[in-house]
This record gives sequence, structure tokens and C-alpha cells, in this order.
Amino acid sequence: MTVRPTPAPHRHDSAAPSPPAGMPGLPAHWSRRVPVVDAAGVQHTWHVLDNGQPATRGTLLCVHGNPTWSYLWRRLVAGAPPGWRVLAPDQLGMGWSERLDSPRTLAQRVSDLDRLTTELRLEGPVVVVAHDWGGPISLGWALRNPDLLRGLVLFNTAVSQPPGSAGPALIRLARMRGVRDLACVRSPTFVRSATALSRPPLARAVRDAFAAPYSTAARRAAVGDFVADIPFETDHPSRSTLDGIAHDLPKLDVPTLLLWGPRDPVFGQDHLDDLRARIPQAQLHRYERASHLVPEDAPEYVDAVGAWLADLDDGARRDATGSSDPAQAPRSAVLDRLYDRAGDPGPAIADVGRTTVSWDLLGRRVDELAAGLALLGVRPGARVALLVPPSAELTAAAYAVWRAGGTVVVVDRGLGLRGMGRALRSAGVELVLGTAAGLAAARAMRLPGQRVVVGPVAPAARAMLGADVALADLARRGRAGPLPAGPSVDDECAVLFTSGATGPAKGVVYRHHQLQAQVDLLRAAYRLGREDRIVAAFAPFSLYGPALGIGSVVPDMDVTAPGTLTAAALADAVAAIGGNVVFASPAALRGVLATAGGLTARHRAALGGVRLLISAGAPVPSRLLRSLREVLPAAELHTPYGMTEALPVTDISLPGIEAAGDGDGVCVGRPLPGVDVAVSPLTPAGEPDLPLTAQPAATGEVCVRGPHIKDRYDALWATERASARDAGWHRTGDVGHLDAEGRVWIEGRLQHLVRTATGVVTPVGVEQRVEALEAVAAAAAVGVGPRGSQQVAVVVVPRVPPTRRDGALAPAALADEVRSAAGVPVAAVLVRRDLPVDLRHASKVDRAAVASWAERILAGSRG
Amino acid sequence: MTGASGMLGRRTAAALTARGDEVTVLQRRPSGLDCREVLGDVADPAVVRRAAAGQDAVVHLAAKVDVVGPWAEYAHANIEGTRSVLAGCRSAGVRRLVHVSSPSVAHGGRALVGAGADPADPARARSHYSRSKAVAEQEALAADSTDHAVLCIRPHLVWGPGDTQLVARIVDRARAGRLFRIGTGAALIDTTYVSNAVDALLAAVDSDRHGEALVVSNGEPRPVADILSGLCRAAGLPGPRGWVPVPAARAVAGGVEAMWWLLGRRDVPPLSRFLVDQLTTAHWFDQRHTRRVLGWTPAVTLDEGFAALARWYAEAAPDPPAQGCPPPAVRAGRLERAG
Repeated sequence: MTVRPTPAPHRHDSAAPSPPAGMPGLPAHWSRRVPVVDAAGVQHTWHVLDNGQPATRGTLLCVHGNPTWSYLWRRLVAGAPPGWRVLAPDQLGMGWSERLDSPRTLAQRVSDLDRLTTELRLEGPVVVVAHDWGGPISLGWALRNPDLLRGLVLFNTAVSQPPGSAGPALIRLARMRGVRDLACVRSPTFVRSATALSRPPLARAVRDAFAAPYSTAARRAAVGDFVADIPFETDHPSRSTLDGIAHDLPKLDVPTLLLWGPRDPVFGQDHLDDLRARIPQAQLHRYERASHLVPEDAPEYVDAVGAWLADLDDGARRDATGSSDPAQAPRSAVLDRLYDRAGDPGPAIADVGRTTVSWDLLGRRVDELAAGLALLGVRPGARVALLVPPSAELTAAAYAVWRAGGTVVVVDRGLGLRGMGRALRSAGVELVLGTAAGLAAARAMRLPGQRVVVGPVAPAARAMLGADVALADLARRGRAGPLPAGPSVDDECAVLFTSGATGPAKGVVYRHHQLQAQVDLLRAAYRLGREDRIVAAFAPFSLYGPALGIGSVVPDMDVTAPGTLTAAALADAVAAIGGNVVFASPAALRGVLATAGGLTARHRAALGGVRLLISAGAPVPSRLLRSLREVLPAAELHTPYGMTEALPVTDISLPGIEAAGDGDGVCVGRPLPGVDVAVSPLTPAGEPDLPLTAQPAATGEVCVRGPHIKDRYDALWATERASARDAGWHRTGDVGHLDAEGRVWIEGRLQHLVRTATGVVTPVGVEQRVEALEAVAAAAAVGVGPRGSQQVAVVVVPRVPPTRRDGALAPAALADEVRSAAGVPVAAVLVRRDLPVDLRHASKVDRAAVASWAERILAGSRG
Repeated sequence: MTGASGMLGRRTAAALTARGDEVTVLQRRPSGLDCREVLGDVADPAVVRRAAAGQDAVVHLAAKVDVVGPWAEYAHANIEGTRSVLAGCRSAGVRRLVHVSSPSVAHGGRALVGAGADPADPARARSHYSRSKAVAEQEALAADSTDHAVLCIRPHLVWGPGDTQLVARIVDRARAGRLFRIGTGAALIDTTYVSNAVDALLAAVDSDRHGEALVVSNGEPRPVADILSGLCRAAGLPGPRGWVPVPAARAVAGGVEAMWWLLGRRDVPPLSRFLVDQLTTAHWFDQRHTRRVLGWTPAVTLDEGFAALARWYAEAAPDPPAQGCPPPAVRAGRLERAG
């Protein structure tokens, strides 16, 4: 039983105040006062924000939680798509609605909302939009009004405490009787702290607006009552209502969008998982940087809601899980080539200086591990993080996870612990498979799930790492266990994280049929067959060997630092397995060139047997490829173009690069057989909004179609929808054009376009022309100033590095040279000692960072 | 036209005459221009009325442009002068007034990066000049109506051959070896080559837009050090020598200002805090609206302007430009110095 600790404030609502003028983003004409008689026959006056639009398509009923008010929804009220009326009430006792004499239970609040919508003559279709404690209230309303309900948009909220969760500590703290009264009612601590969670902090005026209706203890009474009404106890008066809502939630079989802020200290991953389990059809978008007040931290949610509403109307509802009936789908063939070689004593995987695993052993090892994983509880669909460097163990573990029906989750160490942790948590990892270092990192990242340790670790250390079992033990156990049914082509197999060069890393989901298609494409594109042996100096390719049916080796190098590959290490790897196909990144190849002097005759002989070099991961300067001929005299030099979401897309050989010559951008060759490339041309304002075309010359966003492109982005509904807005195609975010010969030219990233008053400038062509100058080692072309009236600044790294005394401005002679070479008007030429590059490939220039540096310098700052 | 004695005024009057307009100029002293002249104080409504009678349009350029001197002089020339022009136009029935203003009327000292024409704000203005011009622009726009249309043009840093203000001062200091770069010299500054400003004023006379302020510039911002070097190179001189850190420059400027005030000096001080700010923060503008509205684009690029200036210095003796009116012959490829 909840007892109000303070004397009931007297009613002072005869003159219920209105939102004061001047709150950011809140025009006075949205405010309405609505008198409604409650179940007890007492009339109360509600304050409701109303956008006043006729509800020709429907109504958004937006319900806030505690301790906010309808101000939370101001951007949606302003930005709802045409035809959608937006109604955002302040709960009774909250915001600018009438204050109450006594606390209200959840059941009463549901009834209150129902009476309000009746009074407002709300007709369908209604989409409920709710946050925090507004979730249970509006879901209660939805269960009462199934005929009106068209959909749900839920922000951080909960309908139950997930098993094992003791309830969010902050709320529990706030609920302790003395604390609640002090923090929620007698002081504005709770009201103020709710808007203090955002990083970067909310504007002062916005925080003040949220606190404005809660200026006195009397006006804050309901804030404390709300906290008291959270039913943690089984005998709480609202407990049965909440349990009923939670229980009945699956009945609401309507399209649902979950917009989640993972940095919320109140509603965590447990609550999200609980909601997803109850609303399996829900689509999810995680705003990685958002905290509790998602609508404040991710204002772009308005666009996501608009897009989602458009899909509702179009009936183009995309299936959230996308899985068809697995019983119908054929078995995955990803492991077939591995099994084909059962009994084959030839080398499948070699670790230089360590072990060589035969095909026969690898096949058996994968089965043992798969059975062991199943015994450990890995079920089809389970997500398993692999924190293991490329090695025989990694390969065996990945194929075993697939054999067990699981999904491997792969992140780049370049993201750093924080970025990796964020990525792996967002993927919902259930099991972590890692070396001692990997598990230590998992502990530091506070990852959930079981642990399997890879490699020899002393029992004491194992306990410290929280490892449940060692990989070797798992295999031993698995020998006795039954082999799980293999995956189907429609099952998910991987979540691969992008390098995070532009914002938080995105998880990219693949299914078995997509992986199969990718393997087939690689085989066909590079005519790979059983007689080939792969040297995988580019980490992702170390996993492909068994699926290709080709032996592979990882050179002795730090794969997370590709520049550490030496020519000798490459030659040793080639020799170890008789390798003739080399996969490497440009950074690794630079390392090889730099150390080529240390090659012995034996090394050179081994490298002479390499027939094919595939340089992947970033554009390769033809200069670099040409120099490699000296080290790999017999190798055809190829470089594919692709990305985490679609690899490979095109391919070009060194002769192909030379034949293409100079152009606006980097020529990446022709699409591989079975892959389509088109561009979505830019509008004059620089937006890639024109219909897809394969016509030559038009510059626009490069789009890719093929059997091997990603299934979707994971937990990023809005990102996925934007990238897949042309059905069947993936929008790459790269800008380029096709030429008359069908070759693709990449001119830069969409985010790096310079939008000048006279049109769009793409950076790569400018950079290439400037880099052709004798005095220039590297260049970045960036825009400064507001979009649409930007100016081009060229930042160069001169061959003779500038000293600190020289300042950021290029000397006149260099500036003149750059201006005449650039081919576009250049406002300023700046110099730096180096350019910031991405961690994964150490070769993609972070133009956004260069641009903000140039903006500071050119605004007059000292940098 | 009021104020036809400066570079921009002479060029504009000459251009209007050259295209066949009948031009009357109003200023204190004879201009030497080949057009009708009314001599007198622009702040005297009777004088303005006499000059404005029978005119189709008035271009109000007369202003006190300076960094020293008491407020009263700025208020008289720029505020009273504009009031008098507004009253004179109204009583003479002039239907169109082009009021020449300055981007500094809306500039509070922060960097302007691709800025538009914000409203004039005397409270934020940072000098007597910009404050008086801000008041003048506010009053000019307040007087706008369909019968007496007012359009404000704010040219930004006009320069060209024959300029006694910007170019000559910089060149003189460079010649004396006293031109320094302040700070990084990287702040992007937009400027206006004189013939482009003339074209824009003519377009403003011909336009039927009114009731707004438009910033006019080349739309080619460059780092301030590049502009200084460009001007010096045109004069055949080396660019800025050495550099002074911004805080030092501000301290020196503060000292110079205090000394000038104490001594009551009326000549231009070598450095002021206003100038330091101007030289170390970006000032450049989004020109799309101006160009669309006026149907005007700059015909002479920055580099063509530097080349024209270089030809002018090559042909002219190095003595300071004198009284004459150079006709707007840049586009004809030849520059003459009259007088």
C-alpha cells in the first residue's frame, strides 16, 4: 500500500497555469485545455499539445513518463508527416494538467487516458507513442482500444522487471520512502536529474522548460506519486494491472517500432530484451549515443517515425526478422567443401611457426566443437562473439558455431574497448569465445553471457577470466555429444561490425545464403580452385579458406596493425603452405615494400610462386601496385572494391588501372559477374535523391545489388531502411559514377561532399590532381562553411614537412601550385604534418576530422 | 548620388553616366566628374531636396568611414546624413533609394562563416562607424514603402586600383616594412573588387526589390594573409614580414588606442583592437540570395582583380593615387589614371 508522505496539497487549479511563452520549440497555439470527468465523477482539466492537423491518415497519441511532460514530444508535434494529427497530453498532476488531491494507480491512469481520448473523440487509426512510465499506461489504453490501434512506437520503457533483475537501482533508491519525498517532492532533484543524463548536455533553456511545471513542492506531488506507483512488490496495488498489461501485450499484434537509448541507467538491455520477447514483431533502432530521454538525445527520431508511418500506409511493412520457415529452406552449403575433404591429410590451415591442421582434423574438430557448443547451450540463432585473432582455432571455432546453428559476431579491435563493448552488447551476444586477452577484454567491456577460453590458460587464470570452459575441453565433451542439425540457408550466420569511421560501428547481418553467394563470387572472380593456397594477411579473409575448400595460412604479424607485415614474414607464410594467392591490405603491402631489402634468395623464390595478389580494404595507389611487381614478379595484381555490407562489388587489375588513366575519382573496375552497380544521381543541392541509373557520367550515390549483399543492419531499423530504400539494393554511402565502358569511379563519401554555391564538389578527384604535384605527399579536399555555400579547402601534407613555426597556411608558392592543379576554386590551402586515418585500414582519410580542423583554422582560431 | 568622391562613388557615377543615365552628384567639394553637381552637406535636408528633385533614383553613398574621431561626427555624417536623404527623397518624390551600408552593422565580433545578412544591430556594433551605420540602415529600412522603395547594399571590403583606403594603406605599410601577419593569417576574408561592387549598385538601382539588406562580395574568401600577399605582390612588394601573436597584437592595439585618445590624435592609428579582430576572425558570406535577387554576379574574379591592380601599379608611378577619377575600364582591359 502506498501512503502519501506529505500532506495533500490543496487544489489550486482553478487557475491552472499554462506553459510560459518562450520555451524553445513550443509555440503557444499547440496548447489546449480539455476538461474530462473521471471514473469517480470528478472533473479535471488536462493540458494537451495538439498539432491541429486533420487526422486523414491517423493520430499519434504521445504519452510521456515521469518526471517529464508533453514538451518531450515537441519535435514530433512539429515534424509529424502530413495527415497525422499529434495529441500529446500531460498526465493528470503532471506538466500543465490539473493537480490532484491524491495519488493515482496505474489502473486509474489507464482509465483517465481512455476518458480523455473519448472526450477528444479520438478515432482510428491510432499509433501510440510512449516513453518511460507512459509505456504501461498507453499500452493499457491500447489493450482497451484494439479497434483503434494501428501501431506502437515505444521508447525506453518496461512492462515488467525481467527475471533476475532487481529493478533499476536508481528507481529503487528514489522509491525509498524518505528519499522519495525528499528527492521527488520537497526538492526538484529528481525532476532536474532526469534531464541531466544526456551527453552532450541538453541546452539550459530546454532543461528549464522540462522543470518549469514542477516549480513547487505542491506542483511536484504527482512526481513522487508516480515513483511510488512502480510496483516492485507483489502486493502493490498496481502490480496486478501491470502484470495484466505485460501478459496481454502479445495480443497487440500491431506493427511496432522500438527506439532505444542504450545509455539509459534506468532501462537497460534486460528491459529491451523483455520487450522484444513480448513483441516479437517489433523493429528496433538503437540510438547508440542516446540515454534515457531518447527524444532529446536523438532528435532524428522524428524522421524515423515519419519513415515508419509511411511504410504503415504503403503496406510495405518489412519483416523485422525476415526469416522464412526454416523447415522449408534448404540446408546451408557453407560447410560442404570442408566435409568434402574428410580424410584428406593435406593442410587446411597453417599457423606459421605453430601448427598445421589437416582437412581431416579440421572437419572432425568442427564437429566436436559444434556438439560441445550445443551441450553448452548454444541454440540455433545464438550469437557468439569471437575475440580470437586469426588462427586455426578461430577458423575451427567459427565453423563450429555455424555448424551449431549459431551466429558469429566479429568486431575490429581498432574500435577500442568502449566501441567494441558497445557493439557487442548491441548485438545481444550470449557467448564469448576468446583468448585470455579476449576474455580479459570481455570482462573490461562487462559483456554478458558465458565464456569459452581459447588456448592454454592455467586454471587459476581461467577462473579469473570468468571462463566457464576451455575450447579443448569443449571439443572433448563434444565427442560424446550429438551433432546438432545443421543450419539452413536462411539462418543468420554473422554479424560483422563496420570500422566505425563515421560514427558508432554498425552491425551487418548475413545469412548463410549470402555467405555462400559471397564465397561463390570470390571463387569465380579469382578462379580459385583446390590447387590454390591462400595467404591471408587481411584478417577477414583468413576465415574463407574452408568454405572455399582451399588451404590457407595467416602470416606472422599483428593483424590488427597491418603495417607490421614484413616481406620476410609474407615469404615464410607463402613457403609454409605453398601459397600462391595473397590477400593483403594496402597498409600491409606498404610494410612489405619497406622491408623488401631483407629478403633472401629462398624468400624470393617462394614469392615468385605467387600467381595472384588481391589488395583489399582500401583504394590502392597504382604506384604502390607497380612497386610490388619487384617483390611478386609472377603475380597478377588485383584490387576489389567493396565494403562490410557488400564484398566484393567490382574488381580491377593493375593493367586495368593503367588503361583507365586519370579521371574524376578512383577507378575501381567493372562489377563482378552477378553484381549490379547503379548510381542514385545527386540533386543540385547534393542529395542522392534521383532514381537509380546505370547511365554513364551521372554522379551520385553508388548502389549495389547482388546475392551476396548484407541481409540488414542489426538493431538499426532507420539506418537499414535508408540504406535499402530501393528494394533489393544497398546504398553504399560512396559517391561516384559509371563510365561509358561500364567501369565504376569512386569520388568520395556522401558525408564528405563539398556543397558550394555553384554546385557539388567531390573530393577524390581534387585530391588526386593535387597529389600528382611533386611537392605534395598527401592531400584532403574538404568543405568549410554552411552546406550550400561551402568553400573548398585543400589540406596537404608537403613532402618537406612543415615545422610548427610555419603555421597552418601553405606558403604562397605551394598554394598557387595547388590552386592551379585542383581544377575547382580553392579558398584556402593549408598544410599539416599528416592526415588522420581510420584505424582498420590506416589508409582512409578521416575527412570529417580534417574539415573540422580546417574550419577552426579558417575561422581564425589558432587550431 | 551622394558621396561621389571616393573610389566606389566615382566609379559608380562614371558607370551610370557611361550607360546614358543623367547623374547628379552631391558632396561637399567639387568631384571633377563630368556630371551635374550639387555641393553641400548631405545632412542638410534642403541641399538633398535640391539634388534629389526630379531624380528617378538616389544612391546614398556618402558616409564617414574611419576608425578615429568623436561619435558626434559619425552620428552627424552617417545618421543625420541618412535621415536627411530619406526626408529629401520623400519630399522630392524619389521612388527608389539604394542605401549603401556595411556588413559591420550586424557584426558583433564573432567569426562570420558563410553568413547571410543579419539585421543591423547598433547594440552589438563594435565601432563608431558600424554603430552609426547600423542606426542609419535601420532607419532607412523603416522608411521603406512601395512608393519610396529602399534597398540596402552592404559591400564588403571594396578594393581596386585607385583605392586610397584599404589598398594604399596596406601597400604603404608593406613598403615601409611595417606590415605584419597577425596570428595564423588563416582567417577567411571575403572582399569585393571595385567594379563588381559598381555592377551590384547598378543592379540595385535597376532592381525592384526593396525593404531588405543585401551583402555584396566577390564570394571568394581567402586567408587574410593570402589577400595581403596578393595586394603586395600587385604593388611589386614582398608580402607581410614576420608575425605577431593575436594576444600581443590586441595588447599593442589597446595601448595604441589609449595613447591616441590621450593625445587626442585624429590621424589613423597603426593598429586598433577592431582591426585586430577584423584581421583574425573569418568574414565571409553566403552570396546566393544576393546574386539571385539582384540578378548580378561578380564579373571580375579575385585573381583578375589582383592582375588589374598589378597593371595599374606597373603603369602608374609609385606615388599615392591622387584626385582623379579612373573610369571603369577594367573590363576593357586597360586602366587609366585621370588627374
